[in-house]
Amino acid sequence: MPSETLQAPTTLLAEITHRCPLHCPYCSNPLDLQRAEAELSADEWKRVFSEARALGVLQLGLSGGEPLLRKDLETLVDHARRTGLYTTLVTSGLGLTRERALRLRDAGIDHVQISFQDSDRANAERIAGITSVDKKVAAAALVREMGVAFSVNVVLHRGNLDHIGEIIELAASLGADRLELANTQYYGWATLNRDALMPTRAQLDAAEPVVDAAVARYRGKMQIIYVLPDYYSQYPKACYGGWGSVYIVLGPDGRVLPCHAATQITSLSFDTVRDHSLEWIWRDSPGFRAFRGDDWMREPCRSCPRKTVDFGGCRCQAFLLTGDARNTDPVCSLSPNRHMIDEALAVAAGIDAVPAYTYRTMPPATAAAARVKAAIGD
Amino acid sequence: MMPLTARPRLWRLARLEFDPVRNRRVLLYPEGAMLLNDTGGEVLALCDGTRTVADIGAELGTKYNADVTTDVATYLAKLAERELVHDAQ
Repeated sequence: MPSETLQAPTTLLAEITHRCPLHCPYCSNPLDLQRAEAELSADEWKRVFSEARALGVLQLGLSGGEPLLRKDLETLVDHARRTGLYTTLVTSGLGLTRERALRLRDAGIDHVQISFQDSDRANAERIAGITSVDKKVAAAALVREMGVAFSVNVVLHRGNLDHIGEIIELAASLGADRLELANTQYYGWATLNRDALMPTRAQLDAAEPVVDAAVARYRGKMQIIYVLPDYYSQYPKACYGGWGSVYIVLGPDGRVLPCHAATQITSLSFDTVRDHSLEWIWRDSPGFRAFRGDDWMREPCRSCPRKTVDFGGCRCQAFLLTGDARNTDPVCSLSPNRHMIDEALAVAAGIDAVPAYTYRTMPPATAAAARVKAAIGD
Repeated sequence: MMPLTARPRLWRLARLEFDPVRNRRVLLYPEGAMLLNDTGGEVLALCDGTRTVADIGAELGTKYNADVTTDVATYLAKLAERELVHDAQ
């Protein structure tokens, strides 16, 4: 596709750190998590936000890891808001003190999204791998007090889907303006835990009427967004309007991706804002151009009337499951590889004892860092 | 149609901005952005929770020398359906 016909990007997700106190087994971060010393500086992030706004980006998500672990978060929010970006903080809530909440409000944060793992305390803390519920509830109260837009986000999976009614009531009791109920997508750490996380058809069938009733009941008070799991769909998801169409993700080290899972496509390489302008990366870099338009498509996508609807589905999922990112997303019922999905669903249906989670963990410190720690007696 | 006596205001979570890149107003809200045409932008800029739909219609009607109240009420009803605009009363 010639770059003249490119539309402007609308959304930037900035994963400003991979550091996180939680260990959720479905984390969408890559398995090779980056340590603090690799992260962009505040000045580098500010430059990127200005460049993004000039390219046409309207929405900024400040995510992680846990973005509150960056002590300079407030200055990033202040800068983003000055450029006109609608700025969302995507947080676990851990680390949100009253002082920081007030500083974030004064800096102009538009919207705070706090994750919850379950309505059941013990299960929530088992999923997160850390004692965290009281801190999250306190953070939610602070966000309400700030008066900014407040969303609760809950990733759904086999281990909490049966509590969906209680989860919706929890979000309402916390005073959420919005509730995102997002079934797990199988990238990053979730790929390691697929058998433990995959819900059964019976669980999904039971959840649907509960969600439908709640959507109607809370209309005008709390907006409920329910994202179905693509493994149980007939057609794949239209990934952000197609590859390199409207969405940009930046990793902590400034690597620019068309999707947070794109680093898993090891046949591609992606450029960083340390070497190039965001505009060049968006318009001209090989990573972003790889799957624009439909020249790359194979059958059954190439001649399919749905190719302008779902763009062949997710390139990352195609690569992860088939080893070739040009293949049709195996979720599609027309894919010759759909059996891979059906086999995973059959495994989920047949499991009696759910396997233990492989928790998200940071890589060990380098030998050098370990020596420094030893030297200062830490 | 939104009732003419309603006093529309933007959803608490939404913010109206002018986008110099697209040279038009945009309505921003969590996980979304609505690109507005000139008239839509002018209607939303007047949705302050104090003006009624009739007030907004009259104000824009004077400006454009036409009866636009029905169009304004229909447009606001569509946005209310999407929960982007509420009646402040």
